Amino acid sequence: MIVHTIFFYFFSVIAIFSSLMVITSRSTINSVFFLILDFISVGCLFIMVGAEFLGMILLIVYVGAVAVLFLFVVMMLNVAEQKQSWFIGRKSTHIPTGLIVSVLILLELLVVVGGWKYKQDLMSSSTLVMSNISNTHQLGLVMYTDYILYFQLAGVVLLLAMIGAILLTFRERVGVKKQSYLNQISRNPANAVELKEVESFKGVKIDD
Amino acid sequence: MIEYLQILGQEVYKIIFLLIPILVSVAMIVWLDRRVWGLVQKRRGPNVVGPFGLFQTLADALKYIFKEIIIPASANKVVFILAPIVTMTLALVAWAVIPMSENLVLSDINVGILYLFAVSSLGVYGIIMGGWASNSKYPFLGAIRSAAQMVSYEVSIGIIIINVLLCVGSLNLKDIVIAQKEMWYVIPLFPMFVIFFISALAETNRPPFDLPEAEAELVAGYQTEYSGMMYAMFWLGEYANILLMCAMGSILFLGGWLPIMDIYPLNLIPAPVWMISKILFLFLLFALIKAIVPRYRYDQLMRLGWKVFLPFSLLYLILTSSFLFYFDKLPKVDF
Repeated sequence: MIVHTIFFYFFSVIAIFSSLMVITSRSTINSVFFLILDFISVGCLFIMVGAEFLGMILLIVYVGAVAVLFLFVVMMLNVAEQKQSWFIGRKSTHIPTGLIVSVLILLELLVVVGGWKYKQDLMSSSTLVMSNISNTHQLGLVMYTDYILYFQLAGVVLLLAMIGAILLTFRERVGVKKQSYLNQISRNPANAVELKEVESFKGVKIDD
Repeated sequence: MIEYLQILGQEVYKIIFLLIPILVSVAMIVWLDRRVWGLVQKRRGPNVVGPFGLFQTLADALKYIFKEIIIPASANKVVFILAPIVTMTLALVAWAVIPMSENLVLSDINVGILYLFAVSSLGVYGIIMGGWASNSKYPFLGAIRSAAQMVSYEVSIGIIIINVLLCVGSLNLKDIVIAQKEMWYVIPLFPMFVIFFISALAETNRPPFDLPEAEAELVAGYQTEYSGMMYAMFWLGEYANILLMCAMGSILFLGGWLPIMDIYPLNLIPAPVWMISKILFLFLLFALIKAIVPRYRYDQLMRLGWKVFLPFSLLYLILTSSFLFYFDKLPKVDF
């Protein structure tokens, strides 16, 4: 058990330290790197409590995809030089909004964790039976039986968000040459080559 | 406390005996790659150092060790040094879950395939960090290309893995292999195998998808500014990743350590030999493709990933699940 405790404190100290570094580090790139470290250590904590599926999904989705896109955007937009106003002395406009959001999240956490601790049947599920089946199977059993509707709805909302984002950024470009594989493959010498009699001093128009 | 130390010692021992063969086989595989490449082009390839040139890679490694490591003045030093370390570590860490036979595996975890997928999707960080920290145009372009490319092809690899998992009913790599005892998944899921193979080429930045290091346009892409041992680490990590993708392909589709047919002379051959020969077979395909296929254009690469592979693998996912459901072949899991 001692080793378990040591590892728990190791990962949680890294997680807290890196989340503090995310908001205090001066360069945006370093913030993103610390965010990645935070995700990884939280993933390790998930694995330590036996939620191996959630830990791996956290790694795949957040570290493998979301953080890569963060890094991508931060590098592309060249905001790495942007100084955070917290240190320079100018008044930051983000603090009130951030405070409201974090207080709301804290309240939600209190409600959820408190409710779970003092009223245990509040969160119980009719299909979930705690046994020694693996975490992945347990998740599947709950998600595709009790919460199938919410699960599907979440999927539809995500799909709508994706379609919306594509629609917002979509614009019809004019005068762009497009490559059509079908046309390329279906060309043959008979209709691609044309012989023309060139009259002197008149030339011939070759582009179509 | 003594017990923990003992356990720790045993694990370190096991890890060392896993890592050394991998590093040696990476060195050998580089030789094989260059050799095949040479033979296709009617050259001999490396054939001077040692028998058949087998020690060529060791000689190269020695050369790299004695070269000076140059860090550009305007580079971000910490990230610059970290990038090859990240690449190499991630490439080696993934081998912990690869089963060479029923009992020969370092750690037999429940979510083995997810672990492999996670580690291979982290591989992009080494490249992005290297490209960005070099603070130079070509490495940066290479890194950006690589990030977009790897994220795109991960999506179709993920859906292909779901296809296999539907047939197996477990995320454990051992279970995946044992489920193929009747029939290797390469037969019912052949189109998925082809797409997996092509996506693996793109995921490991191999030709014809080696745009991140397209030498005609970007000098050497993200590794332009690297020299000496740091370059060698990028290089080793890249080849370890390629071997890993081959191992993943042979576990998912070619029945891992299982023999071709469970009949008398074939099942005498030990399981790791089968596994290694399947990995080598896939690697030979990788090497041949490097030699015979020209490089894709960037928009063609993106088109192939998003407009061809993704819809097709989704369609095949629906086909697979409908087939399994309709014929009542869904894997039974007893709780």
